[in-house]
Amino acid sequence: MEIFVQQLINGLTLGSIYGLIAIGYTMVFGIIGMVNFAHGDVFMLSAFISLIFFLLLTTWLGISSVALALLIVLVVAMALTSLWGWAIERIAYRPLRGSFRLAPLISAIGVSIFLSNFVQVAQGARNKPTPPMVQDVIVLFQGESGYNVALSYKQIIIMVVTAVLLTIFWYLVQKTSLGRAQRACEQDRKMAALLGINVDRTISLTFVIGAALASVAGTMYLLYYGVVSFNDGFVPGVKAFTAAVLGGIGSLPGAVLGGLIIGLIEVFWSAYFSIEYKDVAAFSILAIVLIFMPSGILGRPEVEKV
Amino acid sequence: MNAPSITSTAQTPAVTRRFDLRAALKDSFRSALIMLGLSIPILAFRTDQSGGDIFLTPRWGLVAIICAIVFGLRLLLHAFTASKAYRQATPSSHQATEPVHAEPSAYQHVSKFAIPFFLGVALAFPLLVYLIQGGLNESRYWVDLGILILTYVMLGWGLNIVVGLAGLLDLGYVAFYAVGAYSYALLSTTFGLSFWICLPLAGILAAFWGMILGFPVLRLRGDYLAIVTLAFGEIVRLVLINWVDLTNGGAGISSIPRASFFGLPFTAGEGGFAATFGLEFNGMHRIIFLYYLILVLALLTNFVTMRLRRLPIGRAWEALREDEIACRSLGINTTNTKLTAFAIGAMFGGFAGSFFAVRQGFVSPESFNFLESAIILAIVVLGGMGSQIGVAIAAIVLVGGPEILRNLTFLQAIFGTGFDPNEYRLLLFGAGMVAMMVWRPRGLISEREPSVILKERKAISGSLVKEGHG
Repeated sequence: MEIFVQQLINGLTLGSIYGLIAIGYTMVFGIIGMVNFAHGDVFMLSAFISLIFFLLLTTWLGISSVALALLIVLVVAMALTSLWGWAIERIAYRPLRGSFRLAPLISAIGVSIFLSNFVQVAQGARNKPTPPMVQDVIVLFQGESGYNVALSYKQIIIMVVTAVLLTIFWYLVQKTSLGRAQRACEQDRKMAALLGINVDRTISLTFVIGAALASVAGTMYLLYYGVVSFNDGFVPGVKAFTAAVLGGIGSLPGAVLGGLIIGLIEVFWSAYFSIEYKDVAAFSILAIVLIFMPSGILGRPEVEKV
Repeated sequence: MNAPSITSTAQTPAVTRRFDLRAALKDSFRSALIMLGLSIPILAFRTDQSGGDIFLTPRWGLVAIICAIVFGLRLLLHAFTASKAYRQATPSSHQATEPVHAEPSAYQHVSKFAIPFFLGVALAFPLLVYLIQGGLNESRYWVDLGILILTYVMLGWGLNIVVGLAGLLDLGYVAFYAVGAYSYALLSTTFGLSFWICLPLAGILAAFWGMILGFPVLRLRGDYLAIVTLAFGEIVRLVLINWVDLTNGGAGISSIPRASFFGLPFTAGEGGFAATFGLEFNGMHRIIFLYYLILVLALLTNFVTMRLRRLPIGRAWEALREDEIACRSLGINTTNTKLTAFAIGAMFGGFAGSFFAVRQGFVSPESFNFLESAIILAIVVLGGMGSQIGVAIAAIVLVGGPEILRNLTFLQAIFGTGFDPNEYRLLLFGAGMVAMMVWRPRGLISEREPSVILKERKAISGSLVKEGHG
């Protein structure tokens, strides 16, 4: 029982991170119908940006308050990762609009390879550890066998930040004119353009939002695991994509729900079955969901247009 | 964003007669600023470790150089587009219409000479290298490189059946390569079967796996198909790592028996290849034999593909690529068509895999990661999907290119002694994939030769062929 509760907490934390990445996939797929294969690597890049800024703030500028440092890191990483997201869309995807249907995916694979190797060349191939940031835990209750169910501050931060940011972006997409423009482009790009919506800018903004949320996930990942390496983008990226598909691609709450489910499955699988096969489980879920329920839990069924 | 598109294909810039230097400078400056933003902090600071500590080393000089390069390139691009726009503004009498139609004979003209030329070079390659390098042992490096390139040519041709002909984007092709390699490795080490028995068995097993993995994904299309095949590829690799009892896990299988020359082993003693033919023993005999083996296998792949294209099944593949719905309404069994494409593509992947195992003498799951799939896919894409000669050229460029880069010693003189071009190989590779999609999305050879001809042969420019959903 204690183990179950503990794993539940761990799973929800991991799921929050996956959910944040999944939103980037789901929004981009919703608006231009492509799998942004490089999104996982944007996430990895943002973890590196966070790491470097955290080190800058603590060692060079001597900021001793971890909370303040984290807040600054979060904001700066979001800004810089957004710039990356924008630049990637501008260079690698925008010129391909109207090209044949596999072109954006192949280009995205190229970007993915480029990003991970860029980070490898720029920062070295070794795992990069961070100095421990937040270490306190709250013991929720003590089990009979001496197994404590603990909720760490890290986990609280991750879940709270995720919830707050999701609310903000949810508001952005649902209530503002930007969100309306985005949903209009999702339905019919040509019609939206005829009605005076700047489609290119809307798509760019979608990428920027996706990258910003991925950067939050990157910072949280760094906070949670305390280590990052140049090839950490691929597997979380695929898992987040699985989450997006599971929740129903194109649906924002679906992405978060999918993220939480994937996080829980991964954690419980590792706890009760075999840790070696946890990635196999994630990949199998991806294949099974895509084959048997491609519209996911909250998604709209895809209509085949001839 | 009013900046001129990098490709200049998406929007035609307003025709300006003169080069607006001020605007160009402004825009270049903006690009440099963006580059500065992108390189903070990932380039500006390097994280170094000593022991458990991690600290930052600033390198603003590098950032400055890169921003200057971006500035210069952007300025050049502006100058280039301005002069191009000027040229287009002056009407030319030759261009009454848009030059979409490729001259019907241009591609065939090239291919008529190019194919025998490439074939001749490939056949004579070990001899040429022997003559140039002046000795068997000296030519070892080049023959090895030839084997490597031909392996990728073969894999490219195998994947071309799935991606280029049938239009099914397969990101997990390396799984079949792995099945082939492990089939040979396991069958030969546990049952002692020879290479010549294992080669067809490996092909059959890989084809079988192609069917198994192909069957569930039949109703998927486009991106989803690509992602599921990627998942399958990863699952195969993870199982190979974790199923230690069978595959020996990440440590791999070593001391795989070598291939024999139709029963004659390449050994120094009595009854070996050298002794039977009265030659002086040399380890290179085996390498050259492997070279011709992979050449034959690759040519077999090519031959089978070319023949299949003329059969109803090949035509069905190409019809499927162009429009799946039209295909179904014409009564083509899309299930069988897709499955055969998967199975035949996988079979050649299996042959290549078992060749890989016999050449290396060692297999481990690390050789079959996603990157390998991406490289093979890139070869097919860069070659122009569906073009056989294009795939061969792309394999030479992508696999041979980095090797040449490695040998350019003068690069070290420019970038310092610590410069290792191999580090930048994949970086360039990723950037190249993007650039290719932006500039020539149809690949190097974008001509598509029709397989059914009415009266006369005409080459169709790739830009005329529109891909349907499917």
